[in-house]
Amino acid sequence: MKRLRAGLARLAGILPSERRERDLEDELEGHLQMHMDDNVRSGMPAEEARRQAVLKLGGVESTKEAYRETATVPVFNNLLRDIGFAIRQLRKNPGFTTTAVLMLALGICASVAIFAFVDAALLAPLPYKDAKRLVAVFETVPMFPQSNLSYPDYLDWKKQNTSFQAFDVYQRNGQSLTTPSGVEPTRSGRVSDGFFRTLGVSPVLGRDFYAGEDLPSAPRTLLMSYSTWQRRYAGSPDVLGRVVTLDGEPHTVVGVLPREFHFAPAEPAEFWVTIHATSGCMIRRGCHGLYGVARLKDGVSIQAALQNVVAIAKQLEKLYPENRDQGATVAPLTEVLVGNVRPVLLVLLGGAALLLLIAGVNVASLLLVRSESRKREMAVRNALGASSGRIVSQFLAEGLVLVGVGGLLGVQLARGAMALLTSLIPANMAGSMPYLRDLGLTPRVWAFAATIMVAATILFSVAPALRFSLSGIRSGLTEGTRGSAGTTWRRLGTKLVVLELATAIVLLVGAGLLGKSLYRLLHVSLGFEPEHLAMVQLAIPSTYGKDPQVIALERQVFDRITSLPGVSSVGLSTDLPVTHNGDTTWIRVLGRPWHGEHNEMPERDVSAGYFSTIGAKLLRGRYFREDEDNTKPRVAIVNQAMVRQHFPNEEALGKQVSFLTTPPVPIEIVGIVEDIREGQLDTAVPPVLYLPFNQGPGTFWGVVARTNTDAGPLLPAISAAVREIDPKIAIAGSASMNDSISRSPSAYIHRSTAWLVGGFAAMALLLGVIGIYGVIAYSVSQRTREIGVRMALGAQRSSVYRLILREAGRLIAAGIAIGLVVAVGAARLMRGLLFGVQTWDVPTLGGVAMVLGLAALLASYLPARRAASVSPVEALRSE
Amino acid sequence: MGDKTEVWQGTLSLMVLKTLEAMGPLHGYGIARRIEQTSGNLLSLNYGTLYPALLKLEQEGSISSEWGVSENNRKAKFYKLTRAGRKELSRAAEDWEQTTAILARFLSPSGESA
Repeated sequence: MKRLRAGLARLAGILPSERRERDLEDELEGHLQMHMDDNVRSGMPAEEARRQAVLKLGGVESTKEAYRETATVPVFNNLLRDIGFAIRQLRKNPGFTTTAVLMLALGICASVAIFAFVDAALLAPLPYKDAKRLVAVFETVPMFPQSNLSYPDYLDWKKQNTSFQAFDVYQRNGQSLTTPSGVEPTRSGRVSDGFFRTLGVSPVLGRDFYAGEDLPSAPRTLLMSYSTWQRRYAGSPDVLGRVVTLDGEPHTVVGVLPREFHFAPAEPAEFWVTIHATSGCMIRRGCHGLYGVARLKDGVSIQAALQNVVAIAKQLEKLYPENRDQGATVAPLTEVLVGNVRPVLLVLLGGAALLLLIAGVNVASLLLVRSESRKREMAVRNALGASSGRIVSQFLAEGLVLVGVGGLLGVQLARGAMALLTSLIPANMAGSMPYLRDLGLTPRVWAFAATIMVAATILFSVAPALRFSLSGIRSGLTEGTRGSAGTTWRRLGTKLVVLELATAIVLLVGAGLLGKSLYRLLHVSLGFEPEHLAMVQLAIPSTYGKDPQVIALERQVFDRITSLPGVSSVGLSTDLPVTHNGDTTWIRVLGRPWHGEHNEMPERDVSAGYFSTIGAKLLRGRYFREDEDNTKPRVAIVNQAMVRQHFPNEEALGKQVSFLTTPPVPIEIVGIVEDIREGQLDTAVPPVLYLPFNQGPGTFWGVVARTNTDAGPLLPAISAAVREIDPKIAIAGSASMNDSISRSPSAYIHRSTAWLVGGFAAMALLLGVIGIYGVIAYSVSQRTREIGVRMALGAQRSSVYRLILREAGRLIAAGIAIGLVVAVGAARLMRGLLFGVQTWDVPTLGGVAMVLGLAALLASYLPARRAASVSPVEALRSE
Repeated sequence: MGDKTEVWQGTLSLMVLKTLEAMGPLHGYGIARRIEQTSGNLLSLNYGTLYPALLKLEQEGSISSEWGVSENNRKAKFYKLTRAGRKELSRAAEDWEQTTAILARFLSPSGESA
């Protein structure tokens, strides 16, 4: 207690106090006066009286010093004083200080910003109970290794499995929401009744779905997301019991989900409704539309669960022909939630870390150069009685100031960088990354930044301090100004610059490979003309019912859009290009033996004018005709991939295929088109079956319109035209084809990584070049005398150039060689992000080596020129 | 100086406390003189060492200080014992008596075991 009290008093004493100093002054003066009075009274002369009093006190200044040491904690106090001194020193040298602080801020900004994304996506705990025990459950088919479940399969799996405590399914859903101002598109998640219980999530308001609420007979109810509650209902608690009309069907609101809840694979979801297996896809075993999520029983491993579901899938395969070639797979739920962004984020984090490394090394070598030139200062301080501890503390103070300023600036910049990066994420991608809501300077991010700053401080204060072992300090005085002052540093400094150049190479190679991947991706053959193509997705209300009515609506919509000025033709497909390869069907080729194979391939129902509108290339045969509806023989158009796979050595035109119905209904192949990229840019085009829309009109339309000029400005007019025909048609999204492609997930992921790593690499190149410039310039300044002697002895200027450039060349070559080897290894780690380019892509490696080599040589040329222009007389006199 | 004893570490605080108990509020110079007198001038005290010791006692809460005027009209800081200081004094004095008693037994010529 007594100690604690004294300790606190001393801590408080760290702050310099003028009053304390004045009090002490007064007290000691009073003391001396009283002593003098006594001495004078005992007969001493006044002067002697004062002398004796001071002597007896033991010196005024040393008393004050001893007093101050008791008043505060000396270590801290000294450090504070050192920091003050460091700040003055650094201000006197603004060039060095600004460079060092900016480099640090840059490195810390990049790594903290990227780490914040890593934190939000990969480190932040998922908003579910015991998320480690949650798994995603899929079926597998030859075409899709992680395929959806059919509802009947799900029910069988749920009943038969022995591994899951709970097993539920979900799907993402586009729906139309009826509002007072009309119909608007919305997104919802459709789940089985126990979905939220399986995740361990309870509503903040109202109740969860009860068991059995997903039965066909159950009344329609819904839960809403917290943000929907806030946005549409102003967070009012009387939202419970209200009616929300989705797809024309009234649903009763029963609950609101917690604010922190999100579930990326089904997001963005405003509402959550239950499955009701009444008709259509839900009651067909062959129709796969659901994703499974399950909670493992205690003690059951993922492996065991996998074996369990695989065995069930095998049994079902025997029972039902629809399940042929169908397996099962189980993966940790996190794979499904963030598996797509993890490799990207890790590559970016790696890139940012390398940039930070270069920045740190650069600052460290700047500090070393500085400490070299301060050798004499340190020697003098030491000679005047500064202990080595105090000298180390001086370096520590400088490190603290540099890192403190650079670090805090870096964190501020990182805040801006995060906002910028988030704003660059297209809305469609942002919606599926709900966890980015919590992006920011969380405690984990601060801890990360603090760790970097502590490590940097240690590096920057210990490195130069180590240079001054006590003997080193003394030798600083005797060594004088001539001779090998810089040798130690040159040895260490050159190693550092090789490290920097090698790191820059790694980043440059990474950026080069990613850039080339992006280029390849964006120049992949699409099979159609994306320029001047507008698209709008429509959901037709079920009130249109029969085929002829839907076809009539189609005609009406096409007429209206074609009559818009600037539109030359219109078409529609059930799924727009560059989206996905789903919505598949099973077929067989008639006239060939068939043993129940599925031959799965995407099916697209397209209007007669679709292919000519998007600018697809007809290779042989013909397009569909306007009047080809159910009254006409069934026809199909296939792509080249289909021909390659099913008719490799025969004429495909005129052949007949059929769905797997009994009896088969023949569909004649009447045309072959060049492969159109239906799925993402980085996935190969599978065989595709195109059927006339009018022979089986659906209610989800991807309408495309060929425009004479840029498609973007026409989009509102197209939407307006559709709304005029029938405001109940939900418009689920409109965009120009080019925008849609550039916003597609594969393009976005490749583009963002390529640009970010490219940015890191550019900065790394800059820092690396500054680094080699610094080393060579310092080396030249140290060798001025030597060069003067050489020239005095007759060396030519050209040989001086050679001398300096050879030194630089050796460093550059070493840096490039080491960098290339490491880069090829590092590139293997990001193979998953490369597209159409090998990790050892020779043009990239060669180009990068050349760029860095030239830039570094140029940076070394400047000091070499200075060296060659040295006048021998000046050089010899200069010291 | 050979016939004077240096003040042992740690005993100075005790002497200060005891002096303040005996004399009441007193300034630094007075405390120093009083300690020398009490020791019969056997102790050699660097007056300067008294001030950090006084500060430490004040930080620990054993004494408190106040500005005042000395008997011959000099401005001086007067220290006085606090309640905590009195307790501390009696505890420290007891400790010290015990220590000296033990040492005295060791140093006395006839051991008990003899």
